[in-house]
Amino acid sequence: MPGMYRDALKLLSAHMRQQVSRMLQRCIGCTAAKLPRPLAPGQPETSIAEQKPVVQEVRLVRIAMDFKLHKLELGPDTLVALTALEAALYLRQLLAIRRLEAASAQLYKERLVRGFCHLSTGQEACAVGLCAALRKEDNLVAGYRIHGLAYLMGATAVGVLSELAGKSTGCAQGKGGSMHMYAPNFYGGNGIVGAQVSLGAGIALANKYRETGGVCFALYGDGAANQGQIFECFNMAQLWKLPMVFVCENNNYGMGTSAWRASSNTDYYTRGDFLPGVWVDGQDVLAVRSAARFAIQYAQQRGPLIMELCTYRYAGHSMSDPGTSYRSREEVQLVRQRQDPISRFRKVCLDISILSEQQLRIIDQNVHDEMEKAIQAARHDAELPLSHLGSDVYSHSCTEDKLRGVFGHNLEHSKAVCVKN
Amino acid sequence: MKVSTLTRGLLSAIKSNAICSTRSHFTYYPTKLAQGVRDVQKMNMFQAINNAMDLGLEQDSSALLFGEDVGFGGVFRCSMNLRDKYGKDRVFNTPLCEQGIAGFAIGVANTGATAIAEIQFADYIFPSFDQIVNEAAKYRYRSGGLFDCGSLTFRVPCGAVGHGALYHSQSPEAYFAHTPGLRVVIPRGPIKAKGLLLACIKDPNPCIMFEPKTLYRAAVEEVPTESYTEELGKCDILREGTDVTLIGWGTQVHVLLEVADLAKKQLDIDCEVIDLVSVLPWDTKTICNSANKTGRVLIAHEAPFTQGFGSELAAYIQEKCFLRLEAPIKRVTGWDTPFPHVFEPFYLPDKHRCLAALKEIVNY
Repeated sequence: MPGMYRDALKLLSAHMRQQVSRMLQRCIGCTAAKLPRPLAPGQPETSIAEQKPVVQEVRLVRIAMDFKLHKLELGPDTLVALTALEAALYLRQLLAIRRLEAASAQLYKERLVRGFCHLSTGQEACAVGLCAALRKEDNLVAGYRIHGLAYLMGATAVGVLSELAGKSTGCAQGKGGSMHMYAPNFYGGNGIVGAQVSLGAGIALANKYRETGGVCFALYGDGAANQGQIFECFNMAQLWKLPMVFVCENNNYGMGTSAWRASSNTDYYTRGDFLPGVWVDGQDVLAVRSAARFAIQYAQQRGPLIMELCTYRYAGHSMSDPGTSYRSREEVQLVRQRQDPISRFRKVCLDISILSEQQLRIIDQNVHDEMEKAIQAARHDAELPLSHLGSDVYSHSCTEDKLRGVFGHNLEHSKAVCVKN
Repeated sequence: MKVSTLTRGLLSAIKSNAICSTRSHFTYYPTKLAQGVRDVQKMNMFQAINNAMDLGLEQDSSALLFGEDVGFGGVFRCSMNLRDKYGKDRVFNTPLCEQGIAGFAIGVANTGATAIAEIQFADYIFPSFDQIVNEAAKYRYRSGGLFDCGSLTFRVPCGAVGHGALYHSQSPEAYFAHTPGLRVVIPRGPIKAKGLLLACIKDPNPCIMFEPKTLYRAAVEEVPTESYTEELGKCDILREGTDVTLIGWGTQVHVLLEVADLAKKQLDIDCEVIDLVSVLPWDTKTICNSANKTGRVLIAHEAPFTQGFGSELAAYIQEKCFLRLEAPIKRVTGWDTPFPHVFEPFYLPDKHRCLAALKEIVNY
């Protein structure tokens, strides 16, 4: 907690120093014309990256909704610092995920994407907030609603969309599809509900054993929260004090069954019983980031923790689900109007004047261009050749040369070589 | 029982000529019962299964239907309107826990109530594998007949669907065929599905019905509206022939029927096509009779090659019919890889591969 304020003070003091130096420069006869100036209205704009930040604007923001704590005395910070660069970055990421999901839906409707496609439209803040808090040594493992997470963990938009379309430029060379996307420190991407949490426990154990200092975030949903193996992992993690954070993205519906019809206890952050938990407003990027930072610290020092992100998905469970047979359209509309993560963050940025309208437009355009390029790549790139039907079944060294049980194609054991984007 | 004998008589008049629609790798061949005898209605497979469950719940007041999302009708619409008709205490959603669903179903069946449990996709059945194999299959044996979970039926959508990839396309019948104490059946169309499901519900053994999900909409037949059962443990000879025996189940039956047509047209080979229907226990007598008659056998299934159910059939047939076989028994199956995403057309044992294998054994 004091670390946050220290950072804020550091930034503030830098700001103060700048102001003082300006004043001094004026005193020694330097004209105002020579001083660096913020962008005046009507002045030609260059992109955010090219503009030299005049001052590292920082604001303190109070988290709108309180955190709820289970078996914890102190929780995450409710007053957080937000710099202009961070604001621009988060907004860009939020918009990018929204656009990415729209692009996925578009490609699905064009039948370029086959298989199942689970969109995270409406849940962007969870992904952005979590990844904003991750450090280089931390890991993430999640279920199947992972387009946004894969993108944030380094898969790139081309990697995600090409993977959906089954092209070789996809992040799994087109062999996985929608649910199986991977990136450095991002272990996927799992189709079997709840299985990823056990994987996360193992990753956390490895982190602890190797003393990397890393924390593993294992994400699962409200539906998966009823799987037996999750409770097995609660026990193992607490017993061995694994540096692990269980993140329940509670979007209130497990496919077609509402959370209150599936769970006797819908306070998922308390489901660990002896494991402490935090309830977070999942539509607020800053709240999620604050909670994730708190969780990392807690997991490193004390042991596992559960984070429940209360969120909502606008789309159906997958592209084959209209999403209206088990909930009303009005409910979806209401959440879109009142609790949309992008609108809320945009409003926060404008209210505290950390980003201007023009800057928002530039970010929008930037995202649009990136996604357009990715869509083109997904449409036109080549698929893996047939010889990769049998690649990566086994490690090359442990078995015979030819793939057993694959007749007529005469395939050898091979490794699909990663195609650089 | 009278109905089933009637059915068997009628099935001898099966004609499989009208081709409904061509989807992905197969063309559907509907089963046609002899005209004018019973009241029939055009239904696709999920409607037939819905009808079967409706009749099952009606006839047996202790019957319960549960599974993930069955309340609003199910992801494949098999349980449409059942909750409205029979109430929330008989048709209800379970939380997302397959092991829990299976264990719960076994417990319900142990008390004598009828349990129809749906596992949403066959690929998700593995958490409940322990319950099914260690509990359900062995209950009668280990209690010396004191307890059994015979009134238990699992309904499990399985099989390739064209875009299912790794976890929405698997065919796990071989894993369960390895467990004595269970019954495993796989329908090829609506008439069969309805009859088999009603038979499974009434059968005093724990049953698993694997329903090929690609047939839910693609398979349309004139299904009798009354309650009837198909005989469990018996296979169907869909087409009589003298040269080669083709054995398959589920969707693959339709591929083999098309292969039989192609073989007749191109090579003038008369094929006998058999739908195995019941994987455990399978109809050894009919299959061996057919193998003895033709001397050449081709088995096809979507599941991987090594240890697929075709290996059991091949081993048994060669043991019983060795001297009458003219060629080695050929298996045309999915490859020994995880079910692929974009390579699905190359993975499946489609008609081209089956025809090539047929040529091979005929020219042996």
